[in-house]
Amino acid sequence: MSDVSWPLWEVFVRARRGLSHTHVGSLRAPDAAMALRNARDLYTRRQEGVSIWVVPAAGITASSPDEKDAFFEPAADKVYRHPTFYQVPDGVAHL
Amino acid sequence: MTATFEYVLGLADDALISSQRLAEWYAAAPEMEEDVALANIALDQLGAARLLLSYAGELEGAGRDEDALAYLRGDREFRNALLVELPNGDFAVTIAKLLFLSAYQLPLYAALSECGDERLAAIAGKARNETAYHVDHSSLWTIRLGDGTAESHRRMQAAVDELWPYTDELFAADERAPVDPATLRGPWLATVERVLAEATLTRPADAWGPTGGRDGVHTEHLSYLLAEMQVLHRAHPGATW
Amino acid sequence: MGHNCKIDGVEGVQVFRGVVLQVLAWGWCGCNTYLVYGNDFPGPDGGLLGEVEAAEAALRDAAERGLAGAAGRQGADEATLRDYFTAVIEADQKIEPRDWMPEAYRKTLIRQIAQHAHSEIIGMQPEGNWITRAPSLKRKAILLAKVQDEAGHGLYLYAAAETLGVSRDELVQMLLEGRQKYSSIFNYPTLTWADVGAIGWLVDGAAIVNQVPLCRCSYGPYARAMIRICKEESFHQRQGYEILHTLSHGTPAQKAMAQDAIDRWWYPSLAMFGPPDTASTHSEQSMAWKIKRFSNDELRQRFVDMCVQQAEILGLTLPDPDLRWNEQRQAYDYTQPDYDELMRVIKGDGPCNRQRIEHRRRAHREGAWVREAAAAYAAKDRVRQEAAA
Repeated sequence: MSDVSWPLWEVFVRARRGLSHTHVGSLRAPDAAMALRNARDLYTRRQEGVSIWVVPAAGITASSPDEKDAFFEPAADKVYRHPTFYQVPDGVAHL
Repeated sequence: MTATFEYVLGLADDALISSQRLAEWYAAAPEMEEDVALANIALDQLGAARLLLSYAGELEGAGRDEDALAYLRGDREFRNALLVELPNGDFAVTIAKLLFLSAYQLPLYAALSECGDERLAAIAGKARNETAYHVDHSSLWTIRLGDGTAESHRRMQAAVDELWPYTDELFAADERAPVDPATLRGPWLATVERVLAEATLTRPADAWGPTGGRDGVHTEHLSYLLAEMQVLHRAHPGATW
Repeated sequence: MGHNCKIDGVEGVQVFRGVVLQVLAWGWCGCNTYLVYGNDFPGPDGGLLGEVEAAEAALRDAAERGLAGAAGRQGADEATLRDYFTAVIEADQKIEPRDWMPEAYRKTLIRQIAQHAHSEIIGMQPEGNWITRAPSLKRKAILLAKVQDEAGHGLYLYAAAETLGVSRDELVQMLLEGRQKYSSIFNYPTLTWADVGAIGWLVDGAAIVNQVPLCRCSYGPYARAMIRICKEESFHQRQGYEILHTLSHGTPAQKAMAQDAIDRWWYPSLAMFGPPDTASTHSEQSMAWKIKRFSNDELRQRFVDMCVQQAEILGLTLPDPDLRWNEQRQAYDYTQPDYDELMRVIKGDGPCNRQRIEHRRRAHREGAWVREAAAAYAAKDRVRQEAAA
């Protein structure tokens, strides 16, 4: 009897309302419905989540580390995207 | 209206014996993810059993706690349905048992959660949510085994055929019951027939079904199950663990 | 205090729990581990969880610091990549799955993580052996949850190993064929209920001493899995200790059962840290790569030091007549475990090696039709959905 292997699924869990889904690990399951159930049993046994995504690992396209510079360095000199770039006069609240 | 000791004991024993059988699967499930899932369901059933046994002990008023009731009764004093004490068999038998049991417990707990006995209603309300997941899990597997390979279809159909007669007892008249068991068969059939159809399985014909569990007349299997479950507790009378 | 409290009253139980908690925390802070092992420090509340949380905080800090220089431009030569890899490790940063890494680093990690995962999975058996016979429903529930955790931890670890480009199927196959090992401790039998307590206290205790430093391992997925596992396992050791404490303060037969379990599990637990440093083959390179942070003997000493006082509170005797405090070393002198026996058990000749692996093979074999059925259903369902689309 030849053994078949179940595909790999990546699991993302939203820990609480207001937070985004975060990658927590992976698991094996025959299909999406079972993957979702397995993820619930495996990664939220201690009430760690309010929502789960499962994504076939084969469906993820990742940036290559070789492209790191091209991908991420252009953002490094755009400090104006970060709020700490701006000086706030003393005494201004709620900004 | 308060439920009777005997009735609550029946609910408790269904959950306890089912949990004991599921727990036998530790480290032996078809895939490791399923080990985790079966343990989860066993823990849910055990949790419900403990609450129900404690409550039964209070109703009896003889000072017996959950452990006294679980470990110091003989098989003739157990009130579970025969279905739950049957051996695990292969994974198909285990899944069929779980489907039949949970599809019965779901409408039962739903009805009990609105009954006049507040304690029982609260326990049933908690158990109902967990049971919905048991129905879901056993349905998904019944469908995958029924509509999987030729071998899995054969095994799943055999399991359904073997266990079907034992489901009669779940709906037998019981004057102690706050919820008439006969009224649960409609919702039970609706769930089970839908799942069997999607699983491309044949619903067995209704015929004679063995009973006796609710009156303490069990299959030969229960005594062995209890011998294992109770051996250590009984070897040290009065000890604390 | 621990000797006097009664377990029968509700208040007694609370007092007792307080003692257990205090004792286990003492085990971690009381031996000045942060002085002995400079780069490990207790977290805000001390104790095991404190160390795990400190490791987690360190992981975040390192990520914040960033590292000057690039990961290696396209076409960078191997020397440049290797320099970058070394710089990341020296900066206490994490190596991530798609980074360049030396082949030997990848292989070492796969071997270690797989062995760790296999240990969790095989480790379900000796304790699971007592689930159906647990002496109270509360103990049954706790043990079921613990054995379930072990399955979960095995799966977290297989997932971490899979990020290194090996599939879980391959790893499971290697386990079943005996080409990869698991911790030799699980080749000993659980003969009585007290063995469940001894495994929790000693075996999980030794595992925790081993695992807490792994939360700082240089490979990101492994470090993150270990942080999660250590947090979840914090109850495992305590439940074992609680079982033994109850037994040792119970009937004479219960106390004898507890002592017998300690007598049988003490030396195999010491052997869990592996051969002595003088004979350990993998240690040096693993320490340079920050896969491993302390030597086998350092960890073993740490374990002994923490167990002595805990055994006193239990009122049980560690089976070592030569165990005594060494003022000069500020540590306990103790008798080494039988390393010949360890090597024998690792090579396959322990009391339960054949039984454990056959159990795993049978579960795998008997589950094959189920795994095939689910895969066949998934294939059919895909076709149906495509037809419907």
